[in-house]
Amino acid sequence: MMLTAGHAVPLEEQIDQWRSYLRHRQAIHTVDVAELEDHLREQVAGLVDAGLATDEAFLVAVKRMGDLDSLSREFAIEHSDRLWKQLVTPSDAGEARARVRTDAIVAFCLAVVAAVLIKIPAIFGMQLDEDAEFYAHNVSLFVLPLLTGYFVWKRQLGAGTLRWLAVAFVAAGVFANVYPFDPEASTEVLTALHLPIALWLVVGVAYAGGRWGQVAGRMDFIRFSGELFIYFVLIALGGGVLTGFMALTFESIGTDIEPFFQSWLLPCGAVGAVVVASWLVEGKQSVIENMAPVLTRLFTPLFAAMLVTFLGTMLWTGRGIDIEREVLIAFDLLLVLVLALLLYSVSARDPLSPPDIFDVMQVVLVVSALLANAVALWAIAARITEFGFSPNRVAGLGVNVLLLVNLAWSAVLYIRFLRGRGSFTRLERWQTDYLPVYAGWAAIVVIVFPPLFGYN
Amino acid sequence: MEINKDLIAASSTPIVLAILAEGDNYGYAILQRVREVSSGQMEWTDGMLYPVLHRLERLGHVEARWEVAESGRRRKYYRITSQGQAQLAEERRQWQAVDATLRGIWQALSLPVPASHPASAAPRMQEA
Repeated sequence: MMLTAGHAVPLEEQIDQWRSYLRHRQAIHTVDVAELEDHLREQVAGLVDAGLATDEAFLVAVKRMGDLDSLSREFAIEHSDRLWKQLVTPSDAGEARARVRTDAIVAFCLAVVAAVLIKIPAIFGMQLDEDAEFYAHNVSLFVLPLLTGYFVWKRQLGAGTLRWLAVAFVAAGVFANVYPFDPEASTEVLTALHLPIALWLVVGVAYAGGRWGQVAGRMDFIRFSGELFIYFVLIALGGGVLTGFMALTFESIGTDIEPFFQSWLLPCGAVGAVVVASWLVEGKQSVIENMAPVLTRLFTPLFAAMLVTFLGTMLWTGRGIDIEREVLIAFDLLLVLVLALLLYSVSARDPLSPPDIFDVMQVVLVVSALLANAVALWAIAARITEFGFSPNRVAGLGVNVLLLVNLAWSAVLYIRFLRGRGSFTRLERWQTDYLPVYAGWAAIVVIVFPPLFGYN
Repeated sequence: MEINKDLIAASSTPIVLAILAEGDNYGYAILQRVREVSSGQMEWTDGMLYPVLHRLERLGHVEARWEVAESGRRRKYYRITSQGQAQLAEERRQWQAVDATLRGIWQALSLPVPASHPASAAPRMQEA
């Protein structure tokens, strides 16, 4: 005990340091740290009494306390409510924390760059409402290269891949802008709709970061796309609430925010939100359950019931499908939705678990959607000569055929799996292998359709 | 001696409750008492005691209060509640049943074995 006077300061410093380590653990609160510190001091005093030097006693006492990771795990099990905070920001001190912070900074910087980029054409007199066609073509070129850049940085892609990604974006920029479209040409609208689809594949290549060739890499990209969509919608909802309150409060002091909203908040917010949502999805992927498969579970039975009832009603009443202009688009969208339901249940399913009732439901959904679509296609085919081949109709039919092939073969593979004649991995492989087909078709619509239909 | 984690976890509740039944106590002293009673056989990792105490507190088996110890530091004392007493009695009943069963089996094992194979595994297990 005579030594303690001389060693008092270093011991206090050591205990301070130890305390600050404990404080970084989310599951261990300050009162617990105080309790543990009392224990540690008691232990040190006991060991010093037994003849150890203070620094030795401290080391032994810390060792006996147990390793911090398992200790904080035990605290987390007991105080599971504290774990929720851990999910938002990772508790690992040091390197992991620094990495998360850099990641956030890069993502937010890219979001700001996207927001600035979308306003640059305004300097050259391109207004959002007057030059809507220009913005409609190019909106994906303002945000997707930055998103790609984020993944290039994150996955540390090599120069070779980078070159191909750049070539793709430059080509997209050229094809989006060189064609001399007629005023209000339908091929122009088709370009605006299909360019983002084609470019999304480019984002996917960057996202997969060298794993694009593997089923797992593409499947991860499918999961990412679904989560991104959900997060984007959530952010958009939040933005809507913000705008609503902004309008209300500023109206009370006689200021109209609509010009600001239309030319600043909406475009900048939307492009920035894509990057921010991507960053959120990246950050949370291993911590929070994916939402897309949950929604799929909820809605697959409902959509299956709806479609079966639709088919039943059609048979019962004997009414055919009334062919209107929009009916093809409606059925395309239906197939897209069914495909999404199928994709996201596939993406969340353990390929090794045996078939269950949900798989049967899935097959019912796909088959009934195919039947409904067949009826619609039959009705359209009967009158196609009467309608003529407009660009919109060809694009609509093309997508329909692609979706039909995709879903029909998926149904075959799924039924084989249900009957125990094939593995679930075959279905996964088919779904992920088919992705480039959609991007290829979108590229064809962008590149070939305008000259083919005389820029009309 | 190294004791299996599951065993430590299962026995921690009755041990802590029993020590607190002797009188109010705080973490460090509880661990000292465990060492003393088990003659050093039970080696708990010190920190792990606290989640156990917090669980017992949450379940209402013990109550905690902060006091200023003679060293001038604040110290958290635990006291067993009447519910904790009942829990201790219940645990004790169960452990006695387990103990009785094991004793019975050890005895049955040790009788025939030494006669035929004096160096076989069973008697050594019993020694350990």
